[in-house]
Amino acid sequence: MTGLWELFWTFAKVGVMTFGGGYAMLPILEREVVENRHWATDLELTDYFAIGQCTPGVIAVNTATFIGQKRRGALGGVVATLGVVFPSVVIILILAGLISNFASLTAVQNAFAGIRVCVCVLIFNAVCKLWKSAVTGRLTLAVFLAVAVLSYFLSVSPALFVLAAAGIGIALELRNSPGREEEEK
Amino acid sequence: MVLLRLFYEFFKTGLFAVGGGLATFPFLVRMGGSTGWFTKSQLADMVAVSESTPGPLGVNMATYVGYTTAGVPGAVTATIGLVAPSVIVILLIAVFLRNFQDNRFVKSAFRILRPASTGLIAASGLSVAVLTFFGTASLTGASSVSWKAAALAALLLLLTRGISATRRVHPIVWIAASAAAGIVFQFAGV
Repeated sequence: MTGLWELFWTFAKVGVMTFGGGYAMLPILEREVVENRHWATDLELTDYFAIGQCTPGVIAVNTATFIGQKRRGALGGVVATLGVVFPSVVIILILAGLISNFASLTAVQNAFAGIRVCVCVLIFNAVCKLWKSAVTGRLTLAVFLAVAVLSYFLSVSPALFVLAAAGIGIALELRNSPGREEEEK
Repeated sequence: MVLLRLFYEFFKTGLFAVGGGLATFPFLVRMGGSTGWFTKSQLADMVAVSESTPGPLGVNMATYVGYTTAGVPGAVTATIGLVAPSVIVILLIAVFLRNFQDNRFVKSAFRILRPASTGLIAASGLSVAVLTFFGTASLTGASSVSWKAAALAALLLLLTRGISATRRVHPIVWIAASAAAGIVFQFAGV
């Protein structure tokens, strides 16, 4: 039986070693969870990761909840999640406190004005990377353009676009008759 | 009261932000606008700090926004709000739904969700870029282009996309270099 402390600390370690989240954490999870702890196989980890991407929220948190749940039930899921977010909370709190103390310095303001330019480039690069797996044909291109243009010019909650997109996706699949699905297989 | 609002706003973000990483960003842009808790510039600063520190981006952002809004209790509340929907949804899937990711409706929903989520990030990124390069929140009200910012952006694009030797360098290096460039060329005093 896996101890709750062990779950907490293992995922705190994963949290501290992950920069930026998403795919960056996969090799770290592999080493900690598969090789060191034998809590899951490589195949299971890939599955959890796939589910993490197909569910709302932060992928790292989704994966932690899944593995924690598998080891110690619902409580394990919660403990693993608390572990993975714990380092973030501590580190960001220290930094945020420091930055707000020095925010009025001219040098700090200049530094952040430079950093903002970099953030724009990083977001652009992230969009290009996401584009490759998201925009695969005419339909997905139309969805991308429609959402980008509408959400830029309209003051509408992003949640509405997410709900509409999920609805359209499900409706498209409902239109495919089950019979035809079988034939294709 | 502000803590309840923080929890609600981040719960919503956690529930609807799909795909991880910057998926929370469009929700935070919207949150800043509708609550007045932070400006777009402050949000861009928070993205930089979150990218430069360990931990999942969305969690770092939640902690940071929560802290600037309501101190340490705010940071904890926002973070718990963000992860709560994940934990609930994953526990339900783990217990009740086997092979959730292979379900044809889930697959089809995500085929449309992925470009939608990418579109949301692109639009919110553009709104921050307009602010950064033109100094105003709207294109039509633009007074002057910040040529220093444009030059730095062009250089960063070349380094992160054009030149293969530097393409895989960690973003933290570019963030640090941009901070240095900002100080040397006095970006804030445009």
